[in-house]
Amino acid sequence: MNSIHDIGGMDGVGPLPLEENEPIFHEEWERRMFGVKVALAIEGVYNIDETRWAMERIPALRWLQSSYYEQWVDGVTRSLLEKDILTQEEIDARIDILRKQGGE
Amino acid sequence: MSHSHTKPPVPVALRVKAIETLLTEKGVLGAGVVDAIVDVFEHELGPKNGAKVVAKAWTDPEYRSWLLKDGTAAIESLGFSGFQGEYMVVVENTPEVHNVVVCTLCSCYPWPVLGLPPNWYKTAPYRSRVVLNPRSVLAEFDLQIPDDVEVRVWDSTSDVRYLVLPERPAGTDGWSEDELAALVTRDSMIGTGICRLAA
Repeated sequence: MNSIHDIGGMDGVGPLPLEENEPIFHEEWERRMFGVKVALAIEGVYNIDETRWAMERIPALRWLQSSYYEQWVDGVTRSLLEKDILTQEEIDARIDILRKQGGE
Repeated sequence: MSHSHTKPPVPVALRVKAIETLLTEKGVLGAGVVDAIVDVFEHELGPKNGAKVVAKAWTDPEYRSWLLKDGTAAIESLGFSGFQGEYMVVVENTPEVHNVVVCTLCSCYPWPVLGLPPNWYKTAPYRSRVVLNPRSVLAEFDLQIPDDVEVRVWDSTSDVRYLVLPERPAGTDGWSEDELAALVTRDSMIGTGICRLAA
């Protein structure tokens, strides 16, 4: 399918973001997201093609403005909702609880 | 998303924490599983595995032939296999040919031998341009490929992962595999760099 992820050969995307001594993960949430996504694959919740298809359906403009692991968050969330493992309501409710715990 | 106009945006860290805690409470994720997985990727997998493969290929001609013919089996014989390394193809750099690897569609990368990819490998600038003008992209890595050297770009898929067998540095005759492995850089096995020179 031709969509925004299929960018081989495109011009004008900008310079390479090279970084010396780059850490494996830049943020703790990236580390957690990586572990959760791989754990779900090992548990057989989805296969690699399903996870890619979930990410490839991120709207093009959002995709362009998202970091790599933000795309994982969107993709994994979509998979969990579509497979009826979580609902948007329970995710939203949990976020509200976490916000209050965090003093926000 | 429909109420995003009336509420402040949700920090991504909170979204991840919400998902992880819910999945753990429902028993979808076992206790400690996420930590165990992350630990493997932070401490066990990485370019040092690929460097052992390369050093063995430099010192053992039979292994080198096997590696180029059946990368998956030859790499597995050293104990490196599994997730995202199920089908491996090894491409050899020579004085005439320089190979470089990309995943234009996403971020496919040979995890068992190289660990997780660097950020630039996963970003749009590298993925879009290295197939269009590889020499200028390699120059941004301070790697100048002479005009008479052919550049081959390999586009990974979710099924096939590539590893570059870099050229052995001059002045390393008689070196042990361990000494040679120390010269092999991550980028030399992606094709965006060369090995360290012999001291």
